[in-house]
Amino acid sequence: MQKTYYDPADLRKFGKISDWNEELGSKFFEYYNSVFKEGSLTEREKSLIALAVAHTIQCPYCIDAYTGDGLQRGITKEEMMEALHVAGAIRGGASLVHGVQMMNKVNKLDL
Amino acid sequence: MLKSLHKRHSELAKSKRQVEILSNGIFQSGDLPKFKDKIAESNQFPLKANKLEILQINVGYMCNQVCAHCHVDAGPDRKEIMTKETMLQCLDVIKKTEAHTLDLTGGAPEMNPNFRWFVEEASKAGIKDFIVRSNLTIIRANKKYHDLPEFFKKHNVHVVSSMPHWTKGKTDKQRGNGVFDKSIQALKDLNAIGYGLPGSDLRLDLVYNPSGAFLPGNQMALEKDFKKALLDDFNIQFHNLFAITNLPISRFLDYLIASENYEDYMYSLVEAFNPEAVKNVMCTNTISVSWDGYLYDCDFNQMLNLPVKSKAKHISEYNSELLEGRSIVISQHCYGCTAGAGSSCQGSVT
Repeated sequence: MQKTYYDPADLRKFGKISDWNEELGSKFFEYYNSVFKEGSLTEREKSLIALAVAHTIQCPYCIDAYTGDGLQRGITKEEMMEALHVAGAIRGGASLVHGVQMMNKVNKLDL
Repeated sequence: MLKSLHKRHSELAKSKRQVEILSNGIFQSGDLPKFKDKIAESNQFPLKANKLEILQINVGYMCNQVCAHCHVDAGPDRKEIMTKETMLQCLDVIKKTEAHTLDLTGGAPEMNPNFRWFVEEASKAGIKDFIVRSNLTIIRANKKYHDLPEFFKKHNVHVVSSMPHWTKGKTDKQRGNGVFDKSIQALKDLNAIGYGLPGSDLRLDLVYNPSGAFLPGNQMALEKDFKKALLDDFNIQFHNLFAITNLPISRFLDYLIASENYEDYMYSLVEAFNPEAVKNVMCTNTISVSWDGYLYDCDFNQMLNLPVKSKAKHISEYNSELLEGRSIVISQHCYGCTAGAGSSCQGSVT
């Protein structure tokens, strides 16, 4: 029995999710591959978005995958860290913007 | 400066040890299929040589740089240098070959004392594409090399140079401190006399090798990024970018093992295996000649001391009939040339 929830080797088995439902699995991967193709955004830009989102949702597999993907595309560590700060700012901002709700409540209840 | 594996007396300086590593472990246990079995799945075993198109000659392992990923284990301490006698034997073949490309490599080929004479003589053969793989920094290394751009121009040499990234940090990490600045200066020198400019017949291409344990991305996308960054930051232009996968041999193998990336890297190569790339791997149209005149299917096999399977084993015995149709010698390092879009000394193969 596996002793940890995450095993890096499992990332390589991602495609196997189709084994138990080929139709939906195939549809998912077709969609996934289409999403990352160059469109109005470049593949490079999409890779940086994916990296930032990976950290926001704290998915170890995605962080592993999109750090490697970024290196392959020549994305520098400085660019990666800047993308993470965008994720961090939005996450932090999402907490802090709720402060307005707190302030509204305090102002309503306090003398 | 990093030292070569030979200088360090590393066990990986021995080609036999490298072949053992590539044949054992995850490939012996069956966790990953051997290259032979993998290409057999698409009925491509045995891999056979076609008509010769590219004659690649390694004129010596001496180099002014000691790059972290070098598959030659080149460096200032390497004394293997092609003699004039072997060059004369090569010239006999160059004069009669139907190959469209002559490709001189090293080490730093310019450090061979007979390099200029050899280029002058070889250029008389009128081969369509005459490549010299220059590491760029050699042009700025010493006053005696400063006129190399003019020399290349005079002999209509196609310059192919390594550039792992458009930033100093990544480049110097792979190729040594100060390499980026000298490379930029050398590229400016080449541009100044017409190399690499749009529409110019003076060809200047760059080679991109990943600076770590990962595969190269899309060649066209990387070329676009390189062109934009080098033009914006340094007003430098070049023609094409060749994205080349690092093969798990020599110093790159040493790095993979020391950094505990070897198995993951081999998994990446095998998972990215592309049967379409097998059809165009460079060993099927190339002969690699070593500094001492022996023949190999590619430069990587040369470094692993895996000679051609042919009665003609030396440039002095060169015989196109004997060499054409030979079975290519393969091992697990060959996965490096069949991953993704494929890889060769001319970049992607699909």
